[in-house]
Amino acid sequence: MEEFLQQVVTGISIGSIYAIVALAIVLIYRSTAVVNFAQGEMAMFTTFISWSFLLRMDFWPALILTSLVAFALGGALEMIVMRPVEKASHLNSVVVTLGLLAIFNSVALWRYGPLPRPFEKPEVFTGSPLDVGTITISRLNIGILAIAFIIMVALFLLFNYTKLGLAMRATAQNPTASRLVGINTSRMLALGWALSATVGAIAGMLTAANQSLSIDMMLAILLFAFAGAVLGGLDSPGGAIVGGLAVGVIQALAGTYISSQVDIIAAFFVIVAVLMVRPTGLFGRRVMRRV
Amino acid sequence: MLSLRDVHASYGPVLALRGVSLDVPDRGVVSVLGPNGAGKSSTLRAISGVLRSSHGEIEFEGQRVDRMSPEQIVRLGISQVPEGRQIFGELTVLENLRLGAYTRRDGAGVKRDIDRVCTYFPVLGERRRQEAGLLSGGEQQMLAIGRALMAKPKLLLLDEPSLGLAPLLVREIFKIIKAINVEEGLAVLLVEQDANLALDIAQHGYLLEVGRVVLDDEAAHLRQNEAVRRSYLGY
Repeated sequence: MEEFLQQVVTGISIGSIYAIVALAIVLIYRSTAVVNFAQGEMAMFTTFISWSFLLRMDFWPALILTSLVAFALGGALEMIVMRPVEKASHLNSVVVTLGLLAIFNSVALWRYGPLPRPFEKPEVFTGSPLDVGTITISRLNIGILAIAFIIMVALFLLFNYTKLGLAMRATAQNPTASRLVGINTSRMLALGWALSATVGAIAGMLTAANQSLSIDMMLAILLFAFAGAVLGGLDSPGGAIVGGLAVGVIQALAGTYISSQVDIIAAFFVIVAVLMVRPTGLFGRRVMRRV
Repeated sequence: MLSLRDVHASYGPVLALRGVSLDVPDRGVVSVLGPNGAGKSSTLRAISGVLRSSHGEIEFEGQRVDRMSPEQIVRLGISQVPEGRQIFGELTVLENLRLGAYTRRDGAGVKRDIDRVCTYFPVLGERRRQEAGLLSGGEQQMLAIGRALMAKPKLLLLDEPSLGLAPLLVREIFKIIKAINVEEGLAVLLVEQDANLALDIAQHGYLLEVGRVVLDDEAAHLRQNEAVRRSYLGY
């Protein structure tokens, strides 16, 4: 029982990074119906940028500065790269994001080299792990979970209690009707990308603090985050969080009780099983329209 | 108030409007009739800016609007109720109405107007917390009209409000449209398949065929017109 609980906690810790990245994927998917495969590499790239900030300042100011850079980067990518292919089929857009993945990867390799770099942890996240009963949990993992939670609450408030959030939801549902009520839908799409890149950038810095900063640090995470997003329902922010955490927990449990070789397979096995029963994911919406 | 002069527009290579000219006077109700594919909806879409016209002029209160975006045009006071209603199905009735007032900054006025829309369409008030996609077809049409009114327009563009609705409900909706026109002094440009209804409510009518105005007269005269009667009124 103790071991089980410990593994659940470990799983939630790994999963909270998946959850944040899954949230970033959902942010773009629900406004544009495009899965951004470059999400992980964008996060990796902005984390390298944050590395140069960290040479001059503490973790938290660097996090804020990096978020601003990522916000601008995400918005610019939507306006310059995605907008020209917006009118074509979604497949074109997805292929463009695959291109972005390759570009960010190569540029990072060229600029920063293949070697991993040590990455500074914020001070509150260092120190001895906490014991809760018989379970131990590292301060960094608590911090990551807390940040995931803060991001989720902030986005929830934005989408449900502000006019801007309402306009973003409207744009995602019906762009033409949104323009007819006076919403500048192009701006909303750019904003969706900007927010998504920001959330991704935070995930990138937390990942680097957890492991170390390297070119390929986000590749596996993107895969699991994507799985988490699909599990939760690609258009549901709450689902992304639950899905991401679930993938982490499944991974940890399977790694302990079956074999560390199968943790990845187990996660995807569960996802396939869930999608067979609920094709729109746990919290995804069934498309319902009256004619 | 609104005038179109020789407006052309196309969807890709398909020419939808081949020189449409029409006028809507202040506080007037004008109907556009015609068979499917005549360019009725395209005319409204060109006015609201969703469809970019390739030639001709569209003027609203003395201002050229044919190069403006829909976001700008709705701010000038033209609101469109699009074909097929196009409500935000996953949002609540109240959120739909609030979005209608997206261009406005007067919170108190918006609240007042939500109440006013709910007196025209009481069912919207009863269901304000419900998801709009769960409303019946007629209720959705009322919501689409209510949403358009929330922008406080001077001109309402109505695209086939009767589409797919039971005749009794259609008459009800038309009665309300007429009431809004009279009480709010709102001009209405109406596209409608049901020519009887359309000519009942309007002072002036235009008959469109393959992207051109082929007939243009007072509604009462159009009713007497032999060709209109045979093709569109059914007697």
